[in-house]
Amino acid sequence: MVTYIIRRLLWAILLLFVVSFITFVMFILLPSADPAVLRAGRQPTPELIAAIRENLGLDKPWYVQYLIYMRDLVLHFDFGYSYQNNVAVKETIFDRLPATVSLAVGGAVVWLLIGIPIGIISAIKRGTILDRAAMGFALLAISAPVYWVGLVSIYLFSKDLGKLAPIFQGSGQYTPFTEDPIAWASALILPWLVLATAFAAIYARFLRANLLDVMGEDYIRTARAKGLGERRVVFKHGLRSAITPIVTIFGLDLGILIGGAILTETVFNIPGIGRLAFDAIQKSDLPIVQGTVLIAAFAVIMANLIVDILYAFLDPRVRY
Amino acid sequence: MALLEIDNLSVHFETDDGIVKAVDGISYTVDRGQTLGIVGESGSGKSVSSLTVMGLSRSRNARISGSIKFDGKELLTSSDDELRKIRGNDIAMIFQDPLSSLHPFYKVGAQIVEAVRTHRNVSKQQAYDRAIEMLGLVGIPEPRKRAESYPHEFSGGMRQRAMIAMALANDPKLLIADEPTTALDVTVQAQILELIERLQSEFDTAVVVITHDLGVVAEMADEIAVMYAGRIVEHAKTDTIFAGPEHPYTWGLLSSIPKLDSPRDEELVPIAGRPPSLINLPGGCSFHPRCPYVKPAHMKTDPTLEPVPGSDGHKVACLLAHETRQKLWRELREGTAPVEARADVMQDAPPPEAIEALEETEGRPAPTTVEEQPS
Repeated sequence: MVTYIIRRLLWAILLLFVVSFITFVMFILLPSADPAVLRAGRQPTPELIAAIRENLGLDKPWYVQYLIYMRDLVLHFDFGYSYQNNVAVKETIFDRLPATVSLAVGGAVVWLLIGIPIGIISAIKRGTILDRAAMGFALLAISAPVYWVGLVSIYLFSKDLGKLAPIFQGSGQYTPFTEDPIAWASALILPWLVLATAFAAIYARFLRANLLDVMGEDYIRTARAKGLGERRVVFKHGLRSAITPIVTIFGLDLGILIGGAILTETVFNIPGIGRLAFDAIQKSDLPIVQGTVLIAAFAVIMANLIVDILYAFLDPRVRY
Repeated sequence: MALLEIDNLSVHFETDDGIVKAVDGISYTVDRGQTLGIVGESGSGKSVSSLTVMGLSRSRNARISGSIKFDGKELLTSSDDELRKIRGNDIAMIFQDPLSSLHPFYKVGAQIVEAVRTHRNVSKQQAYDRAIEMLGLVGIPEPRKRAESYPHEFSGGMRQRAMIAMALANDPKLLIADEPTTALDVTVQAQILELIERLQSEFDTAVVVITHDLGVVAEMADEIAVMYAGRIVEHAKTDTIFAGPEHPYTWGLLSSIPKLDSPRDEELVPIAGRPPSLINLPGGCSFHPRCPYVKPAHMKTDPTLEPVPGSDGHKVACLLAHETRQKLWRELREGTAPVEARADVMQDAPPPEAIEALEETEGRPAPTTVEEQPS
């Protein structure tokens, strides 16, 4: 187990190198605005641009830039400085992380609380009106893009713009938890619900399909043949097996969202990693883009590893 | 009073393709301590009939009629709760594939503990002791240690032993074994059958063994019921089934068993054709499309299970005359091929080709195969 984890971590480091290299190359190759020009402000003189270019190290060949970046990163854990405002990337990302984590974790709790019960009920009541209605809604929720759901929800439910029931805080209200927990929660309710909509639908459908599959297994017949009550058959024997693959996708989804829920953060103007990446891409701010990509990749890799380790505890047949 | 009395039991499933007559009016009884073998091909209704005894074939699309009396109590009209108290307690069941029949995520001991505690008000420790006692009884070495293993850590034979331990943990009066050895290695099969027999005499349990293999029940069953297309076509004491079977289908089953003492180059005779669709049963005798001895009348008349004249409880559903059947079996046993035997005995009947032609002109639906029925 320990050797397995060490091997996986070594792979993770290699993977992060590859990711950083690809991000760098893409940034150099793809047409984008010149960061020096963007930094220089209106009507800059060529001398100013040249000075900025030299200052940011943009005058060096791209591979030298990459090597310098990697040297600082590996030796000093230094992610560089923003092209736009010279702020250290590491600090910026750590500043933005709490908002993203708040959004992702809260959203995850909401979608599990909604998705799992619906999945179970739909599977048990398969073919009934209840099941059909739930799965119909789920299909709608999956089909609706999150930015559309976000905008519609602001239009209908936000305190400032809501036309139907102005009961939730709308866009741009994010307050850090450490400042005011109540304001933090109330500002995030709508984003949580919006983020959770599609995920809850996916989880409900996935769990329903899994549970239906499992309920056809021979060991479920055995459980019934033992004389167990139907509730125990479903929860202790059926759900125990059906929930295991859910854990896998849950870990990955959470990992991806820690890397930034770009759309939800943008719609609700939440200052998280996703929003940071979005702005940085628009301003050709390579160090920030690199930093957010690396943190996202790291989150996904770690989530993957944790899920795989967890799996060995959930399924006794899995050994590393 | 017999322990289990099944009378005219039918289990039909409504499907999009039509009504599947999985079990179509079967009757049999099993006495305390007795062993009944139910033999038939896949889709003959043998598993469904037993699952129905357990109340496990109840579903929205199942139409169940007839009567199942267990210990004098009618099970078909019992509530789900009443049945649940009987399941795993008075009637226990073991299944074909012990790996898929045990929950992969729970330890073997814990699964037996659950079976015990479902029906008995005992402490966890008492139930655990019982589980270990049972594991030892079914011949699992170091039961205390193996109780902490997961099913995938057991061999196939050990898993079936564990299933048997679980089934017998509550001293059931009736054990239903559904193809208990089919998924096992041949060398292990005999051990498992021996184990079931030994425990049966120890616990005085009645046993119903469901199998497609007459060899499995040859040693252990007191009586054998042969099922075909949802019905019992022959029912007799085990010795009678092997010594003087009267149904052409039973003959087919017997001649498809390899014998150790027969010459090595002797060919096994398979039964021609396939089991019929249970949605579109052939008219008349449902075995007629595969029967080498079919006469035109057999396609119109549906035979009923009737006592063989002068026998002790031997019943058969065949339209051939008793004397003809005896003569045919004698000849088959002497090594005559079915075609020759038929030519010898049935000079009055048209050859099978003529009957096939007749079927086509009458527009009878040709027998089609179905996927294995829910079992």
